[in-house]
Amino acid sequence: MKIKALAAVTAALIAAAPLAMAEATDDQLVVNGDLEIVTQTAAAAHLEGSVDEVFSGWKFRDEGTRAMQMDDFDNPGMIFVDQAREAWAAVEGTEGKSCASCHGEPEDMAGVKAVYPKWNEEAGEVRTLTMQMNDCRTNRMGADAWKYDGGDAVNMDALLSSVSRGMPMNVAIDGPAQSTWELGKELYYTRTGQLELSCANCHEQNYGNYIRADHLSQGQINAFPAYRLKNAKLNGVHNRFKGCVRDTRAETYKEGSPEFIALELYVASRGNGLSVEGPSVRN
Amino acid sequence: MASGVKPRVKVPKSASAGESVTIKTLISHPMESGQRKDGNGNVIPRSIINRFTCEFNGASVVDITMEAAISTNPYFEFNATVNEAGDFKFTWYDDDGSVYEDSKAIAV
Repeated sequence: MKIKALAAVTAALIAAAPLAMAEATDDQLVVNGDLEIVTQTAAAAHLEGSVDEVFSGWKFRDEGTRAMQMDDFDNPGMIFVDQAREAWAAVEGTEGKSCASCHGEPEDMAGVKAVYPKWNEEAGEVRTLTMQMNDCRTNRMGADAWKYDGGDAVNMDALLSSVSRGMPMNVAIDGPAQSTWELGKELYYTRTGQLELSCANCHEQNYGNYIRADHLSQGQINAFPAYRLKNAKLNGVHNRFKGCVRDTRAETYKEGSPEFIALELYVASRGNGLSVEGPSVRN
Repeated sequence: MASGVKPRVKVPKSASAGESVTIKTLISHPMESGQRKDGNGNVIPRSIINRFTCEFNGASVVDITMEAAISTNPYFEFNATVNEAGDFKFTWYDDDGSVYEDSKAIAV
């Protein structure tokens, strides 16, 4: 009798499992008391049949972590934004130029982060923000390219994010970018590694559930670069992709590889409509 | 000398007399513990901020001794009761002898 009751309880628990998806918090993210960030919105049209609503990763973190992002003074990522602000004005390379020489104030770049990765007509390729920065550095400034997702590049990415905060992500997936986007989509649904997991297995089918001790988010990248409490620095998108692919026990692609560029475009498009949020705070 | 050290302080601009205000401080600093080794196996020498003080109109509010286990970019948040207008003075003492200072005025 007891065993039967236990079985019934277990069955009820299994049946209730999808309800665990409601675990994303209902809290609203408002930075510095006035900057409202969209962390939950209707999914983009191309996601029909997979998810109805998209959520920022902020919704899945615990209260203390969420609070750190609500005030720029408490957000440790802003330290790195300040460092990038200095780099922005620093003259480097043979041409005697800084970022500021051409682009003015970082604030003049508001809105840029929201549309990257983006098709570059001249180069005939989809470019991430980091690629564009390095193009500026090597061709316009005559300086050395930054290491992809290295400290300097991620910090600058964070500065450009911070000035676009609150604007909706809006990457283009049609026209010349479409083939790259298709490749990214294929990668998103391809199972990799000994564990045979695709991005979708965790972040589309099981967000809100726990994978061991980790609360799975939708894997949105609107909030990158992210300051992670575990390594006390800002982390780039490709770096995060690499971590995830590694965790499936696969050989990973490299930061800045064509595969990750395509995946970045696809994952960014899944978050179209969410606000640019970086630098965010995550665990 | 640790590079990129920058103190930051957040104090309300004004308060009513006798009110307890929240003060937040943060200083960007690597806080190298002296326990780590570099790629060649040599010990990276310790370089931390070992003391932090806050004074209000000359009277001590907090005086903190920091040890090597404190992580990078130390952050302190504390409350202080303000009875009169004046200046909060913040001082961080580095292992290498550097002293970083900041101050903020508060009106009553």
